[in-house]
Amino acid sequence: MSNDPSAHSGRRGAIVATSVVGGIGALCTAIPFVSTFAPSEKARAAGAPVEVDIANLKEGELIIAEWRGKPVWILKRSKEMLDSLAKTESKVADPKSERKPSELTPEYCRNQARSIKPEVLVAVGICTHLGCSPSGPFAIGANITLGDDMGFVCPCHGSTFDMAGRVWKAKPAPDNLEIPPHKYLSDTRLLIGEDNKGA
Amino acid sequence: MKLIKSTLTAALAGVTLVIAGLCPVAQAAEADIRLDRAPADRFTDLQALQRGAAMFVNYCLNCHSAQSMRYNRLKDIGISDEQIKNNLLFTGEKVGELMTISMSKKDAKEWFGAPPPDLSVIARARASGAGSGADWLYTYLRTFYRDPSRESGWNNLAFANVGMPHVLYDLQGEQVARFVKEKDPHDPSKTVSKFEGFEIVKPGKMSKLEFDNAIGDLVGYLVWMAEPVAAQRKQLGIAVLMFLGLFLLPCAWMLNRSYWKDIH
Amino acid sequence: MAAGKKEPVLVTGLGALDKPASGLLTWVDQRFPLMENWKAHLSEYYAPKNFNFWYFFGALAMLVLVIQIVTGIFLTMHYKPDAAKAFESVEYIMREVPWGWLVRYMHSTGASMFFVVIYLHMFRGLIYGSYRKPRELIWVFGVMIFLCLMAEAFFGYLLPWGQMSYWGAQVIVNLASAIPLIGPDLAIWVRGDYVVGDATLNRFFAFHVIALPLVLLGLVAAHILALHEVGSNNPDGVEINENKDPKTGIPLDGIPFHPYYTVHDIVGVVVFLMVFSAIVFFAPEMGGYFLEYNNFVPADPLKTPLHIAPVWYFTPYYSILRAMVWNFFWIDAKVWGVVAMGASTLIFFFLPWLDRSPVKSIRYRPRLHTWIYTLFVIAFLILGYLGTLPPSPVGEIVSQVCTLIYFAFFLGMPWWSRWGQFKPVPARVTM
Repeated sequence: MSNDPSAHSGRRGAIVATSVVGGIGALCTAIPFVSTFAPSEKARAAGAPVEVDIANLKEGELIIAEWRGKPVWILKRSKEMLDSLAKTESKVADPKSERKPSELTPEYCRNQARSIKPEVLVAVGICTHLGCSPSGPFAIGANITLGDDMGFVCPCHGSTFDMAGRVWKAKPAPDNLEIPPHKYLSDTRLLIGEDNKGA
Repeated sequence: MKLIKSTLTAALAGVTLVIAGLCPVAQAAEADIRLDRAPADRFTDLQALQRGAAMFVNYCLNCHSAQSMRYNRLKDIGISDEQIKNNLLFTGEKVGELMTISMSKKDAKEWFGAPPPDLSVIARARASGAGSGADWLYTYLRTFYRDPSRESGWNNLAFANVGMPHVLYDLQGEQVARFVKEKDPHDPSKTVSKFEGFEIVKPGKMSKLEFDNAIGDLVGYLVWMAEPVAAQRKQLGIAVLMFLGLFLLPCAWMLNRSYWKDIH
Repeated sequence: MAAGKKEPVLVTGLGALDKPASGLLTWVDQRFPLMENWKAHLSEYYAPKNFNFWYFFGALAMLVLVIQIVTGIFLTMHYKPDAAKAFESVEYIMREVPWGWLVRYMHSTGASMFFVVIYLHMFRGLIYGSYRKPRELIWVFGVMIFLCLMAEAFFGYLLPWGQMSYWGAQVIVNLASAIPLIGPDLAIWVRGDYVVGDATLNRFFAFHVIALPLVLLGLVAAHILALHEVGSNNPDGVEINENKDPKTGIPLDGIPFHPYYTVHDIVGVVVFLMVFSAIVFFAPEMGGYFLEYNNFVPADPLKTPLHIAPVWYFTPYYSILRAMVWNFFWIDAKVWGVVAMGASTLIFFFLPWLDRSPVKSIRYRPRLHTWIYTLFVIAFLILGYLGTLPPSPVGEIVSQVCTLIYFAFFLGMPWWSRWGQFKPVPARVTM
């Protein structure tokens, strides 16, 4: 083995160069392998936006569409239901939907009714506590927990939500119901999963 | 010196392997007839591929499925989701769905004798020593002829006694095949039928050239559909080999030399 | 061996990181045989300095093993071992899993390259007498690895569930039925069904993904431990341990494996990766030899392909199987075929005891031996080529002649290995 210092510096330079270039190669090989974890085309297709026809939706009627494996409520709210929102304003924990806005309430739904059209509520029907699907909508006096308010009640731990999906104060659920990205393709065709912001 | 010899030997072996590998040699599909060469120059022409895709959806997708192919993958050959929705979806599928068909295998078997095979990778499956899968398909789709002895009324030169009827007869027209009886070259006491030529008995909408071009487009599409990532694969290969050969190999070589120059 | 009596580990060359690195490694070394193994197997394992081209293939075999395991794990995340879903799941990986096509092609190319590397690795052993005393056990472990590798490839090949997968498995499992008395029941037991089916696929998946890889890893460890126990051979067949420096005890013709052969093998790895990448990116099907065309047709239990052939790396043995066409002593040709095929692989085990040459390496053997080895290789290659073709009258005769040459090479070795004029073996290695 050589004790010549220039040999050692030659070695050092070669080691550094090979390590750097080899490291780049290793990184470029690792990236595709790590990408194989990402959702495949099949998963992305299954998660694709869902179109719903609401032409025949009657006042007070709730239909459920499936999007990304989740139940999405589409509710045609009556005047009574919309009026109830003013009454529950002081009873709900986050009336202006200021908590986790990017996760729960798209910009175009940051209003009292939490919707694009006041008469149609589009919300993910999963309680923000531990994931059960709340029951409802209950009319005034129709449910003991709600008393003389209108809203939804989660059967698992008793969280209550008003007619805009806003959660009551002091309930197990911390957040308002999630409003999914959505847009109207026409007055009667609703597309869930995509909005004009490019969801 | 030894390392140079080793590296050159390996490089030579590698190049030989790749060149050999690009020629279909291994026996596979039954290939008795000489196959026509498919027009490979069309296979990378986006417009030809788009025409081929339209032909495929219109003519083939009724009986054959392509259940590994997603409609929206067609964006890779320049067909947008809107275009797919407006022109290529007929039975209520969504653009993100797979090209499946509603005919059950049981029904298919009853109607055709054998269920029409899925065509997702047909261009890869039909390769053999006689030619590429594209060559076989190009020959097959152009050599249907009228044969009253067959239940469907059709026979085929590349695939004798096939159960599939000639789907494209409105484009190609109807042709009959002329055979002559000849002595078997392996056994003079026997006679074999030798194919001599086709004769159009009822013209179709396309001339021979137009039909051959259309089939070229369709076959190009089938080749693309069998491996949509092929073009990117080759591009990436060039980058990888350049990286290895121009960057990593010289570094590794210098590193090796920096140690081994002391060893005698 | 008391902990704490060891020398502290000294790391140099990392600048500011020297001290923390030294500290960490010392802590580990006091609790784990880190440095003694580092020295015994790398920095103070002395290998002959005259390794040539043929000596790359051991390291390359380890590299391919790692490639197969890593790509295999990533494939298993998406593949479905169900007869109804398997074929489609492979196309799903090819098209829909991001970069799935790359993982698949690396795995299929790696499988074939594994055999290229292993055959070349075995050939090195053959020509340099690497299996001679005291290295018989290394060779025995190696032959066991070869057999396990063939089994691993066989089980793996069923997984894509194409026509070749299905019918290849059907034929080979039916070979088991050739065994007298217990054969047919054994075949059913192996398959888990009367024909190859979903049950067979599931169990072959288990063997391929975990059972055999564990065995392979164990055997590779044993193979390398056995090698390091006695030291490597070299192209001259000279024992470097017989010429040690009296002061240091280091073989005069030895150099530490690390750094000399680690950097040397890096070059080999890069060249290999270039060949490997050229195939993966430009010719993954390799003319139908690495990815067989018929395997792009989903398995159909009711339709046998006209021409079933095993994958290229099995074809020499397949030729030997097909060459046995006579019924001897009330035993079917079919059984003799299986026996001959089995014997042709198992005979490798006996090589250390069949070879009676006074000289290890081909370099110092008579020219006659070179011709005999050449004849053996040619016969092996012809058998391989014939195995890819359908049977024919000429092919049958040629494969019978080549089978004869193949067995004569081994069975005649105790005699021919002593024929001819041997050249004097040097005391020291030649570069």
